[in-house]
Amino acid sequence: MVQFQLLWEYFKQYMKARLEYRWDFISQFFTDLMSQAINLVFILVVFGHTQHLGGWSRYEVIFIYGYFLIPWAVFTSFFNLWGFNDKYIIRGELDRVLTRPVHSLVQVIMESMAPESLMGVLTGSIVMGWAVWHLPLDWAWYDPLLFIMFVLGGVAVYAGIYVALTSISLYSDSKSDIQPIVYNIGTYGRYPVNIYSKIIQFVLTWILPFAFVGFYPASYLLGNGDWKVYAMLTPVIGAVFFSLGLYSWNRGIENYKGAGS
Amino acid sequence: MIRMYAEIIRIRFLMMLAYRVNYYSGILIYSLNIGAYYFLWTAIYGGQGSINGFTALQMATYIAISWMSRAFYFNNVDREIATEIRDGTVAIQFIRPYNYLMVKVFQSFGEGIFRLVLFSVPGMFLVSLIFPIQLPGFGWIWLKFALSLFLGFVINIQINILVGILAFFVLNNQGMLWAKRMIVDLLSGLTIPIAFFPIWAQWVLKALPFQAISYLPSVVIVKDLSGSAFWGAVGIQAMWCVLLLIPIQMIWNKARHTLVVQGG
Repeated sequence: MVQFQLLWEYFKQYMKARLEYRWDFISQFFTDLMSQAINLVFILVVFGHTQHLGGWSRYEVIFIYGYFLIPWAVFTSFFNLWGFNDKYIIRGELDRVLTRPVHSLVQVIMESMAPESLMGVLTGSIVMGWAVWHLPLDWAWYDPLLFIMFVLGGVAVYAGIYVALTSISLYSDSKSDIQPIVYNIGTYGRYPVNIYSKIIQFVLTWILPFAFVGFYPASYLLGNGDWKVYAMLTPVIGAVFFSLGLYSWNRGIENYKGAGS
Repeated sequence: MIRMYAEIIRIRFLMMLAYRVNYYSGILIYSLNIGAYYFLWTAIYGGQGSINGFTALQMATYIAISWMSRAFYFNNVDREIATEIRDGTVAIQFIRPYNYLMVKVFQSFGEGIFRLVLFSVPGMFLVSLIFPIQLPGFGWIWLKFALSLFLGFVINIQINILVGILAFFVLNNQGMLWAKRMIVDLLSGLTIPIAFFPIWAQWVLKALPFQAISYLPSVVIVKDLSGSAFWGAVGIQAMWCVLLLIPIQMIWNKARHTLVVQGG
C-alpha cells in the first residue's frame, strides 16, 4: 500500500534528521525512561504503607501501570499532535498538506511522528514482565491475541480523543488548554478505577474512556473477572472513539479557512 | 535600585493579568492532579487512622496545600534563561544596567504573586468544596506558612537558575529541563511526603535542597509547627538559600567569560 511505503520514507527522513542531533535523541530517551521510573517509584513507595490499593496487590498495580505504558507508547509515537495548532494552523503548514493527494490526517501524523517513543513498549513490557514474575497468572492460548487487540483498542481510544481535540484548532485558531486538561484526566486511567468515586468511574468509562487504555484490559489479563465485559468492549470503544475523532477531523478540514497569514 | 526591581514585579504582575483567562484551565489541571492523588491516598489509607504521623485528613490537606503552593513557586525561568542563551539575546541583557539574574528572580516573583492571588487562593477554595480538607483558621500560622513558602520559592528559583545557566555549557538542555522538573516534583515531597519514603531514602532527601521547596512549607501548615520545630524547618530553608548562591555565582562567573553567541 502506498501509505505504508510513504510511512517508511517519512520514517527514514525522520531518523536522518533526528540522528543529526544525537544528544537530543539520547536525552529524550533518558527523560522518557526517567518519567516512567518516577511513576514506578511512586507505586513502590506507596506499597511500603499498605498491602492493597483498592483490593489490588503491589504487583497487580505494577502490572496495570506496565500495561498502560504500551498503548501509551504507541499513541505518543504516532499521534504526536501537541504542536499542531502552532505548526499547521498558525504557521499555515496545513495549506501545503491539503494540496497533496494523501489524506490530510495521515500526512500530519507521518510528519509529526516520534517513533523513538516506541521504546515505551519495551519498558512497559519489562515492567509487566517483572510483575508477572511475582504473580500466579494463568494465560490461555488466546490471551496474547486479546492483549494485542486491547492494546490497539487503547491506542484507538487515545487517538480518537486527541484527534477530536486537535480538530478544534480547525474551527478556531486560538489556543485552547483543553489538551493538557484531558491529558491530566488520562493519568487517572493507569490506576485501578475502583478507588475513584462513582462519577469519575463513569467519566473514565463512557465520556473520556481512559479506563479502557489501562485498567480494564489489564484487570482482565490479571485474571479478575469483575471487569471482563468492559475489557472485551475495549476494541469497540476504541473503534467508536476513533471514528468520532476521524469524523470531527474530516468535518474540520471541510470547515478550515486558514489563519489568513 | 529597589524601586526598579519593584517595578519589574509590578510589570510582570500586570502582564500576567492581561492573560488571566489562561489560568482558569490551570486551576482545573491542578484540581485534577489533587483529585488523582486524593483518591490514591484515600485508597492507601483505606481505614488506617494514621500513617507516619499523618492522619488521612492531614494527608488530604497536604496534597491540596502542596499543589496550590506549587502554583506559587513554579516558574519557567530555567527555560527562559536557556532560550535566551541559545538565541543569543542574553548578550543584550549583559549590557543593560541591571543584574540579569536578579531581574529574572523579580519577574518570577511578580508571576508568583499573581498566581498566588488569582490561582492558588480561588483554587484552594474550589478544592475545599470538593474534597474534605482542614485548613487552620485565621492566625499566626498563616504568617509562618508565608515565610516558609517564600523561602521555598527562593530555593526553587535558585535551582531553576542553576539548571538554566548550564545551557552556557550544554547548548541543548531541553531534556535536562524536563528531567529536572520531574525530579523536583518527586524529591520535593509534592507527590509523596518525605516522611513516607523508606528510612534510607529519607536520609538522602533530607540532605538535599528539594524538600525545602515543597515539603517543609506544607508540613508547617498541615502540622501547625511551632517553636523549635518551626524554626528548625525555616532554618534549613534559609541555609539552602545561602548555600545555593555559591554554585550559581561560580557558574555564572565562568559562563559570562565563555559565552558563545550562536550565530549572533
